[in-house]
Amino acid sequence: MPEQTQDEIQTEAPTTEEALVEESLVEEVSIDGMCGVY
Amino acid sequence: MTAVLPSRPVERPTGGRLVDQFQYGLDAPICLTWELTYACNLACVHCLSSSGRRDPRELSTAEAEAVIDELQRMQVFYVNVGGGEPTVRPDFWHLLDYAIGHDVGVKFSTNGIKLDRGRAAQLARTDYVDVQISLDGATAEVNDRVRGTGSFATATRALENLAEAGMKDVKVSVVVTRENVGQLDEFKALTDRFGAQLRITRFRPSGRGADVWDQLHPTQAQQRELYAWLVANGDQVLTGDSFFHLSALGSALPGLNLCGAGRVVCLIDPVGDVYACPFAIHEQFLAGNVRSPGGFQQVWQHSELFADLRNPQTGGACTKCAHFDACRGGCMAAKFFTGLPLDGPDPECVQGYGETALAARDATTLTPKSHLDHSHTGPVRGQPTLLGMPAIPAKLCDESPLAGADLS
Amino acid sequence: MTSPAAEVVLFDPELPWQRARSVALRPEPFGALVYSFGTRKLSFLKSELLVTVVQALAEHPSATATLAACDVPESQRPAYLKALADLARSEMIEVRTS
Repeated sequence: MPEQTQDEIQTEAPTTEEALVEESLVEEVSIDGMCGVY
Repeated sequence: MTAVLPSRPVERPTGGRLVDQFQYGLDAPICLTWELTYACNLACVHCLSSSGRRDPRELSTAEAEAVIDELQRMQVFYVNVGGGEPTVRPDFWHLLDYAIGHDVGVKFSTNGIKLDRGRAAQLARTDYVDVQISLDGATAEVNDRVRGTGSFATATRALENLAEAGMKDVKVSVVVTRENVGQLDEFKALTDRFGAQLRITRFRPSGRGADVWDQLHPTQAQQRELYAWLVANGDQVLTGDSFFHLSALGSALPGLNLCGAGRVVCLIDPVGDVYACPFAIHEQFLAGNVRSPGGFQQVWQHSELFADLRNPQTGGACTKCAHFDACRGGCMAAKFFTGLPLDGPDPECVQGYGETALAARDATTLTPKSHLDHSHTGPVRGQPTLLGMPAIPAKLCDESPLAGADLS
Repeated sequence: MTSPAAEVVLFDPELPWQRARSVALRPEPFGALVYSFGTRKLSFLKSELLVTVVQALAEHPSATATLAACDVPESQRPAYLKALADLARSEMIEVRTS
């Protein structure tokens, strides 16, 4: 599956202040990406 | 569970990472597993739900419809239907249509026994339904040892029928074991051949899996191979986030990397019992029953067990490990059914702490057993040979003249 | 980061938008879950104001107008436009034809 999660992307320049990092308001996750489903 | 409930309600943080939000729970599950029946035509050695015989207390058609009505009201988008073998329920096709007609998408997991050409064509023209075929070997030789003689043929026949009918997005789901981990490339080739997507998941010591776990769970070396394979091939392969315990080997695999039990997932079993996770069918993880007042919603939103699980744990041996952030202490069910403490290492901890913990168990410790066991009691046609019992062929006329003969 | 091989549709905030018809939106304490029955994709909206914006898109002539109507603070509008662009790319919102 291609990368789905958008948070904590490390391709941008790393910043030390988490609070000021432009955090995406939308996060995509694979419907198959959570544990507890066989 | 050794957690102590807090004296005041837990406060949910604002913003932040999604996984942090999930730890505190949701108004409805995201992915719900619903085992429709304990009946099954097979007797797989590692069955997580110890299925085989129907339970006389199974939800009726009307009760199942009521559950679907509730899921619709709660806006559960999607339900993962399994069992046992869900298609052996006579009302399976009715319930499938009922769910879809009530805004609940369905993915069902099957060994393929009922997927003849007619049903395959029916599925291909039905929207909002996904099919997942179970297979645990890329060859009949490897597969049938754990799933039974003829089961590979049944699965591949279903895959052929689905492909011929033009069914899209078929998945083949494999439980990775010591015996099949060397076939990952062949699994990929098999699914490519049928135009299906490969899904591999972790083998847990749940249900009958507990009895064969020592024999079948991948070795540490194999886990490292598996991780490397996922890193190299994972963008086309699903995992159900079931290998998050391997994230400690390097960068995290795609997925939430989080135990979803009671937080984003749960199980409704064939008699309406609600468990934290399909791999945790045991009284300790029983949250309630859909037949009780308030139904499923009441259980999901207000059960004590789920409130406990949604209160993030602090302390415990694992939090001191540098890799804790990656593996989150691993799988609750894996720890529970191997008799390990829930706040300690996963039995397959990649750092080896799990093996140490397993060795340190008192030799007289009995590992927890579920109160439920629906396994077939007598010999089953085509039963698996892993445990050394002689195979009764599924149908002699389906196989070669040598079927049933012991050539070893 | 690989870009999708399929056609890249740039998000135009001056067009009229709406939640895609095959998409279900479920409010949660932290915002909302959005699921596309068509693509099987699941997204999370991490602010309640964004949820309001998405639900209001159909009532306004453009995405830009929607942000203003929902009182999204000026300083946050770029972030909200980016969020809408993400949703457009994952087909959770679509251009309105009427």
